[in-house]
Amino acid sequence: MTMTMLSDDELVFAVAEPSRRRVLDLLVRNGEASAWSLAGHVPFTRQAVSKHLVVLEGAGLVSRRKHRREVLYRVEPDRLHQATRAMAELAAQWDRRLDAIKRLAEAAHAEAKLHASKEGA
Amino acid sequence: MIEREILIEAPVDVVWRTITEPDQIALWFADRVELVAEPGAHGYMHFGEHGGGPVVVLDVEPPTRFSFRWNHSLEEVPDASNSMLVEFTLTSEGHERTRLRVTESGHELRDWPDAEKQRYANDHQGGWATHLARLATLLQERP
Repeated sequence: MTMTMLSDDELVFAVAEPSRRRVLDLLVRNGEASAWSLAGHVPFTRQAVSKHLVVLEGAGLVSRRKHRREVLYRVEPDRLHQATRAMAELAAQWDRRLDAIKRLAEAAHAEAKLHASKEGA
Repeated sequence: MIEREILIEAPVDVVWRTITEPDQIALWFADRVELVAEPGAHGYMHFGEHGGGPVVVLDVEPPTRFSFRWNHSLEEVPDASNSMLVEFTLTSEGHERTRLRVTESGHELRDWPDAEKQRYANDHQGGWATHLARLATLLQERP
């Protein structure tokens, strides 16, 4: 599967986890960094950082290159923008669902009131 | 975290039924819903061409709190490590008015030391949508 074929769901899942966003945060600030140097700035282990980098890389949000004996990671700007668009879409989806819930509940309530007033009459 | 809310002109128990009864959920969320609103219940939701996935009910506190975990993969049982958490909070604002709030979040900060949790919460009060948008802007501004 190529990166562009990955769904927004996977992208959203990759950034839904706070520790992963923390790692993204650091990469945005530092430009390029190894898992080892990132681990110095977060409250979790290097192994955890590596796991998060694997997920982020799988979602196309970071890429890596070998530099001497180190592997360096950096953020992929286009994917990060796609992630923010996916987040906006997710929020819009909830707005649509809440609107639908509002219409359903208000219609059910109006109907119940109508019944009650008929019975009362 | 995604956070949205809406004001509904109906009593809280009517809104509660709309968000917890399967035939009602099928009208605003998935097109097929197999779900019992009981803590720990495993259910299934189907979303047209997007396929379906398992759902696990977490909190059921009528008529104020309802939450579930969900994702779109059939092979996995949703848990804190692989799924999204959806939480509804209902607040009665008078006899015929209800405030409905929904949040959707990834797995939360449970492994972090308390001081870190607090710092993170202070840094990201706007939720992760805001945080990401800010990161994207930072990235663009970087030479």
